[in-house]
Amino acid sequence: MTFPKGKLIAIMGLSGCGKTTLLRHIGGALKPDRGYVKFDGQNIHELNQDGLYAMRRKMGMLFQFGALFTDMSVYDNVAFQMREHTDLPEDLIHNLVMMKLHAVGLRGAQYMMPSELSGGMARRVALARTMALDPVLVMYDEPFAGLDPISMTVIGDLIRSLNDTLGATSIIVTHDIQESLKIVDYVYFMAQGVIVAEGTPAELRVSEKDFVRQFVHGEMDGPVPFHYPGVDYRQALNLRV
Amino acid sequence: MERTTLDLWVGMFVVAGIAALVMLAMKVGNLGTYNVSDTYQVHAYFSNIGGLKPKASIRSAGVLVGRVTSISLDTERYEADVVMSIDKRYPFPKDTFANILTSGLLGEQYIGLVPGGDTAMLKNGDLMKQTQSAMVLEDLISKFMYSKASEAAK
Amino acid sequence: MMGVVNTIRAIGHRIINAVWRIGVASRFFFLTLLYSGNSFRRFHLIIKELFSSGVMSLIIIVVAGLFVGMVLGLQGYETLKRYGSESALGVMVALGLVRELGPVMAALLFASRAGSAMTAEIGLMKATEQISAMEMMAVNPIARIVAPRFWAGVISMPLLAALFSAVGIFGGYLVGVVQIGVDAGSFWSQMQAAVDFREDIMNGMIKSLVFGVVVTVIALFEGFDAPPTAEGVSGATTRTVVTSSLAILMLDFVLTAIMFRGA
Repeated sequence: MTFPKGKLIAIMGLSGCGKTTLLRHIGGALKPDRGYVKFDGQNIHELNQDGLYAMRRKMGMLFQFGALFTDMSVYDNVAFQMREHTDLPEDLIHNLVMMKLHAVGLRGAQYMMPSELSGGMARRVALARTMALDPVLVMYDEPFAGLDPISMTVIGDLIRSLNDTLGATSIIVTHDIQESLKIVDYVYFMAQGVIVAEGTPAELRVSEKDFVRQFVHGEMDGPVPFHYPGVDYRQALNLRV
Repeated sequence: MERTTLDLWVGMFVVAGIAALVMLAMKVGNLGTYNVSDTYQVHAYFSNIGGLKPKASIRSAGVLVGRVTSISLDTERYEADVVMSIDKRYPFPKDTFANILTSGLLGEQYIGLVPGGDTAMLKNGDLMKQTQSAMVLEDLISKFMYSKASEAAK
Repeated sequence: MMGVVNTIRAIGHRIINAVWRIGVASRFFFLTLLYSGNSFRRFHLIIKELFSSGVMSLIIIVVAGLFVGMVLGLQGYETLKRYGSESALGVMVALGLVRELGPVMAALLFASRAGSAMTAEIGLMKATEQISAMEMMAVNPIARIVAPRFWAGVISMPLLAALFSAVGIFGGYLVGVVQIGVDAGSFWSQMQAAVDFREDIMNGMIKSLVFGVVVTVIALFEGFDAPPTAEGVSGATTRTVVTSSLAILMLDFVLTAIMFRGA
């Protein structure tokens, strides 16, 4: 699969189908057994540590539950990468942090600690931190997990608008179908580690494929069975037939 | 927490730790009373050093003037060769007398220096010729028993 | 027959595992040293950790030191009285603290106070993906998280041990001289005559430096290596305290044998 520049792409699938593994491959945290991941024309798993770190500076990743640094304030969390990777003077960093926090609407929360934030706020701060150095590729690992409907909409809109203003490429890994169909440009479906379907949201909504239909409409039984494979039910209950 | 408060606490911690170390060195240890750098070395032969150990103190008129640096057995004379470092502030005449003494009945052994009348002073590397060995308790007891026995035989 | 073979196999498996873990931990230690440059260029990172490992351990160290010293004063007096050498109380308290109890007790307390906190903190950072997040931001977590904590531990430990000994000697003085009435002059002077700076105090400091390295490496490694779950972190915290306590006591024996034998 390819992720063209400037697009917002979703990767969907059931829990445990290899979506997060895919993100880890793109981030270079895992080495593929077969195949390759190319970013900016370079094979990621062939890079050494320095090359990989240089590459990661152009990427941003939003983790499932934000993964804010718990020993730092909101401000320091957003400023973290700027301080680690640049020699910018502190007043410039201050302005940058304020801009990032303003973009996610949390300028007023700069002095709070991550433990004082609600789930939705933490996610927004993490988003601001991910965007801190204006990455060209942003990965979202389950950005909607565990959020209330309002926060979900807020995060969804933020992802879309940040993607468009930065001109970045975004990859969303999620199983929240309705929310992501609203914002993405293209969708890949994965099952057991391979792509089973792809298309734009409009195509998928009317798709005739069994798997896609079951997934999009959240049906209980279909190609993905309700019952985990096991011995015959009557046998399992020790019934004599 | 504010950076400055943090710095203050850590500074106080480090200062307290170093102060404790200095206090240990000066008040508890012997760094305050005895300086290793300004010493001269002399040595002496003893026929028996008893329980004398390296680092044992060297005293003259009860004042600590130095430390025993090393003890070895000279195989030509079959006597103990004791090397002593003595503080440069305390020069001793060439015919100074070195005794191995015991502080108290069962205390540590140390070397006592009794100065003689020579006008030449000991220099670094000199030998102290006049020594008296340690009094070994067992020897004393057997001497005492022997003299008692011979008294009784008379 | 099979039972015996299985038991032997289980023993072998455990030993291979243990050796393997020591190997991984050593590699971790060398990586920490390798990536330490950054934490010295930005010394405030170390200062922050000095606060959480050193300053936060101060109270427990001072209180424990005071009581250990007071017990030494009391017990030492009762023992020495039988030989009529109460005046050697200062020597006994000071040598006991400076050579053994100061470094060892301070290290044990440090392992359970600061070491366990380090393991839990890093384990939680791992469980909440903070460490992965840092890696994805192209920041080396060993350089940014582990190295400052390591150096803070190494710096704190001798200072804490010195404080423990100093406070302990003061405790011994309180009980021996102020309460029981041993002569203050002989308490201090005999102590000064018997305690050698290089031989006793410096060796004690070297001991505590070694303990500092060992305890922090164990604590950081256990945290970094913990399974990213609640049980994983709590298990790692326990292992930190147990492993580092055992390591302290065993190393203390080895170091004492090297340093003080024949002196």
